[in-house]
Amino acid sequence: MLRTRLAPVLALALVFSACQQAAKPPTTTVSPSAAGGEKPVAGGTLTFVVNAEPPSFDGHRETTFALLHPIAPHYSLLYKFDPNDLTKVIPDVAAEQPTVSADKMTVTIKLRQDVKFHDSTGMTSEDVKATYDKIIFPDIAKGVTSPRAGAYAVVSAVNAPDKYTVEFKLKYPSASFLTNLASPWNFIYSAAKLKADPRWYEKNIMGTGPFLYDGNTKGQDWKGKKNPDYFGKDKDGTKLPYLDAYKALIITDANAGVTAIRSKQAMIEFRGFTPSQRNDLSAALPNDLAIQEAPWICVNYVVPNTTKKPFDDPRVRRALSLAVDRWTGGDALSKTTIVKDVGGLMRPKGPFAMSDTDLVKIAGFGKDGKANKDAAKALLVAAGVPNLTFKFLNRNIQTPYEPVAVYLIDQWKQVGITATHDVKETSAYQADLRAGTFEVALDFNCDFLDEPDLQLAKFWSASKAGKGLNFAYYDDTKLDGMIDAQSRETDPAKRVTLVGNIERYAMDEMAYQYPVLWWYRIIPYLKTVQGWKIGSNHYTNQDLTTVWLKK
Amino acid sequence: MRRYIVGRLLLMIPTLIGVAILTFVIMRAVPGDIVALRYAGSSVPQDVIDQKRHILGLDKPMWAQFVDWMTSISHLDLGQSLWTGHSVIDEVQVRVPLSIELAVLATLFAVALAVPLGVVAAVKQDTWIDYAIRVFSIGGLAMPSFWIGIMMVLVTLTLWGWAPPVVFTPLFEDPVANLAGLILPAIAVGYRYSAVSMRMTRSTVLEVLREDYVRTARAKGLRERIVVVRHALRNALLPVVTVVSLEFAFLIGGLVVTEQVFNLNGIGKLLVDAVAHRDYPLIQALVLLLAAVFVIVNFVVDMIYVVLDPRIRYA
Repeated sequence: MLRTRLAPVLALALVFSACQQAAKPPTTTVSPSAAGGEKPVAGGTLTFVVNAEPPSFDGHRETTFALLHPIAPHYSLLYKFDPNDLTKVIPDVAAEQPTVSADKMTVTIKLRQDVKFHDSTGMTSEDVKATYDKIIFPDIAKGVTSPRAGAYAVVSAVNAPDKYTVEFKLKYPSASFLTNLASPWNFIYSAAKLKADPRWYEKNIMGTGPFLYDGNTKGQDWKGKKNPDYFGKDKDGTKLPYLDAYKALIITDANAGVTAIRSKQAMIEFRGFTPSQRNDLSAALPNDLAIQEAPWICVNYVVPNTTKKPFDDPRVRRALSLAVDRWTGGDALSKTTIVKDVGGLMRPKGPFAMSDTDLVKIAGFGKDGKANKDAAKALLVAAGVPNLTFKFLNRNIQTPYEPVAVYLIDQWKQVGITATHDVKETSAYQADLRAGTFEVALDFNCDFLDEPDLQLAKFWSASKAGKGLNFAYYDDTKLDGMIDAQSRETDPAKRVTLVGNIERYAMDEMAYQYPVLWWYRIIPYLKTVQGWKIGSNHYTNQDLTTVWLKK
Repeated sequence: MRRYIVGRLLLMIPTLIGVAILTFVIMRAVPGDIVALRYAGSSVPQDVIDQKRHILGLDKPMWAQFVDWMTSISHLDLGQSLWTGHSVIDEVQVRVPLSIELAVLATLFAVALAVPLGVVAAVKQDTWIDYAIRVFSIGGLAMPSFWIGIMMVLVTLTLWGWAPPVVFTPLFEDPVANLAGLILPAIAVGYRYSAVSMRMTRSTVLEVLREDYVRTARAKGLRERIVVVRHALRNALLPVVTVVSLEFAFLIGGLVVTEQVFNLNGIGKLLVDAVAHRDYPLIQALVLLLAAVFVIVNFVVDMIYVVLDPRIRYA
């Protein structure tokens, strides 16, 4: 008898004691300032959490932030996003902004002459050419793959006309090419190393970046130390980087990551936490925590498989979208998980975003939830499936996939649709997506830049440029033509119009696939960390050149 | 005896080959592969995925992949991780010291707790002491070790602002830091482990205490402590040793969630990550390693039986 009573009492006592702290309301105020106007102080070691391990060390080959966060500080790029204004592209190893020929078919870039690799050899145009040749024209026979080769399909050749000049020859004028040169993955590699072994960088580090490689322990940590020969200087002429060193702690469990910051073993995690984790940290560290938040270029899509009946019928697909009250969902879900803003195919409030006035005219994006649901019911009746039933494929990752899917299923239920949540482990989920063995799925997309060429990549015809990306499995030459036209349009205002037309066609008229809610990035961190500014993605601004630690 | 030992050692070979075949087939029957996973969520065209599959040899027929793997193993080469490209041996050996040390610490803690408490509970059967020990042991069974771990971290964080180090320090580099990192997980795991052993010790000691030779020992006028420790406990230990040993083998690779909670870079987490990534060479190597640990531990237990009970003879 005694044993059955004591155990729960002890357990409750422990839970109560542990939860007391977490139950306190958050008291920390948001402090979005990066440098806060204070003069940076040199020295110290930044410790930060990375919640996955880099697969290989080769930025050209991988697509995960888990590579960028620990490894980007070892490398430079041709151009990068300005750490003080992440909407601007500034030169990195380039000496100045690129020069574009009158016919817009040749891009010429002058390089800095003071850039050295970590083995003290000087960087020249041959290194930049070898780097971009590897990214754009990978030597498949030698086992080199480049997931971003398609993003540079416009390039016909990379030339090095002299020691410090690089020239990109384009097949046609491209709106996105220049900003794509600031891709955070395009680490500048040594031509000599690549010539000796094109896969050398998969297991080795040697860049021109602000930090030298100082070792790593598999599954545990990654260390970098200041590069005394780094070429970068701040606006006062002080040599960068400010930090003496950094240490990335690989912590895969989100709660363990929170614990690491709460116990001050780590200062920051650059990808993001949930609202509840932010609140826990705020309550625990009321005087030591700063928080930066920003909209995120990541979104979940509802993807009906158009090769399966009845999802080959646009009315059914529109009904699925109409049934979802995104505005109410955004308010509710943003309290518990990392989604918030309602938007079309381009990030809300981003440079290509559709205005709310236009957005609410698209099926499923109107603010009158009841009217939308009535319209959805009518469409289902007209399509002959008033009691539609299907399996809804999702991956077994809680944040934000699970709450988003649960919300969708509930919304659909309100119009008579019964969706069974078919949760699969990521690999099996991917297999289903790629084999087309699903009815409706929750897909996702994350990018480093507000750029229609990137965000529309999933909308090309599935048998053509969208192969392996477009899991709605439709072919539509009209849509292909629209996407191609916006890509070639170099006038920004005209391009916004063209993108808006694509959104109306793809999300409303054909309702092929559509966003649920855009993600929202929350970074709570120790106030000692200065000089880092949140952006709308978790890929850029990770070379740590301007980060410093307040004493 | 020698023939028995040689026979047992030889029997390990078909056992491990069986495990290898099963693991190989089961993993390939599971949908999904590492390449699709690596590029999940990014705009990577299908031809890149196909190229990568070809480079990794995943487009070969299953039998050809099996022959390749067996050929490598016959050269004592466990292959390369498909995820990191590093040798499987490198991936495993960096995690082994932590897993072994945690298993040893948890076992020591469990045995130090279980055997004395189990004996006391048996000797003081149906008294308040017995009840208290039984409640304590039921608690260990009822609460998952990862939950105990979470509670420990929350309590130490809330009360002292302290949490175990998130980075593992090798024992010989800094013993204090090493212990600081492992003491809480060892207690969390060892408590549950001790609960099983404690209950086993109590019941076997109770059984032995009713044997005739114990009554004889008491009748000879031996002190109770000598009766219990020398006569009862040694005979009662056989099943306890079995439980403790099998638990030890399990701890080497089975502490996945506890390793997550304490961010321990151990074998269990590596195995789960390998399965999630469909990293076939790594999964196959780890399952073989864990199977070998179980087989060897079982063998060692059989040998310990001979030491503990001279009546046991293997032919």
